[in-house]
Amino acid sequence: MKDCEIKREGDALVAMVGCEIDHHTARVIREMIDGKLADQGIACLRLDFSAVTFMDSSGIGLIIGRAAKAEKNGTVVEVTGLKGSLRRLVRMSGIEKIPNVRIK
Amino acid sequence: MRTIINEMKLRLPAISVNESVCRSVISAFLAELDPTVEELGDVRLAVSEAVTNCIVHAYRDIPSGECGNIYISVRLYNTREVSIEISDNGCGIENVEEAMKPMFTTGDGTERCGMGFLVMESFTDALNVKSKRGKGTTVLMRKFLKSSAEGEK
Ligand SMILES: Nc1ncnc2c1ncn2[C@@H]1O[C@H](COP(=O)(O)OP(=O)(O)OP(=O)(O)O)[C@@H](O)[C@H]1O
Ligand SMILES: [Mg+2]
Repeated sequence: MKDCEIKREGDALVAMVGCEIDHHTARVIREMIDGKLADQGIACLRLDFSAVTFMDSSGIGLIIGRAAKAEKNGTVVEVTGLKGSLRRLVRMSGIEKIPNVRIK
Repeated sequence: MRTIINEMKLRLPAISVNESVCRSVISAFLAELDPTVEELGDVRLAVSEAVTNCIVHAYRDIPSGECGNIYISVRLYNTREVSIEISDNGCGIENVEEAMKPMFTTGDGTERCGMGFLVMESFTDALNVKSKRGKGTTVLMRKFLKSSAEGEK
C-alpha cells in the first residue's frame, strides 16, 4: 500500500494513509491533501487512519492544520479508523472540540 | 542490586528521516527484554517525540546546509528498567517549565500542537528535562517493563 492515497467519493475527499505518521511523513501527506483540498464541491475531508500502525503528535498537528484550512471553505474533517495508542493520543489532544472536526 | 545488562550510544544527524530510524533501533535494542506490544509502542512514541524536538526545534537557528546532531543513550537494567537519554547541542529552552505545559509551542501553531512533552510524560514512567540556553537540551526518560509473567496476564 502507498504512503497516502487520495480519492474522491462524491462530495468527500478521502485520504487513505498507509504509513507511520511522524514529522517526516506528515509533510508529504500534508502536501498531497492540500493539493486537492481546495477543489470544487468538497464538503468533507475524510482521513482514514485504519492502516496506520504508528502516529506521534505530528499526526495531531496534521489534523489541526487540515481542519484550519478546510474551515475556510466550510469543509468538515472526519477522522476514521483510529486504534489503540492513536485513539489515546487523539483523546489527549482534545481535537474533537474543534468545531469542524469529527472523530469516528 | 540494579545492574546494567546492556547499553547503547548513538549519534545521528538531526534530519527527519532519522525519526523512523530511531524508533526502529530502539525496538531492536529492547527486544532482549521481551516487552509487550503496548510497552514497545509507548517507548517508540516517547522516543519519536524527543527526537522530533531535536530535529524541529533545537537547530532551528543554524544556517541551512549545516546540521546538528542527536545523541541517544539507552541502558537496560536487570530490574527491567529502561533509561533513555536524548540530547542535542542546540539552542536550548528558555523556560523549561513553560515549554512542558500542554499545548505550549513555539512552532508553527497550525501544524504543531505542543503535545510532545505531554506524550513523553504520559507514555513513560518518569521524565526529566534539562536545558541550557545556547548549549542544548537533554531529555531523560525511564520506563519500567512488567515482569514476563505479569506481561502474560
Ligand atoms: N530539543 C529542544 N530544543 C529546543 N527547544 C525545544 C526542544 N524540545 C522542545 N522545545 C521547545 O518546547 C516546546 C514544546 O515542545 P513539545 O514537544 O511539547 O511541543 P511542539 O514540539 O511545539 O509540538 P508537537 O510536539 O506537538 O509537534 C517547543 O515548541 C519548543 O519551543
Ligand atoms: Mg514536539
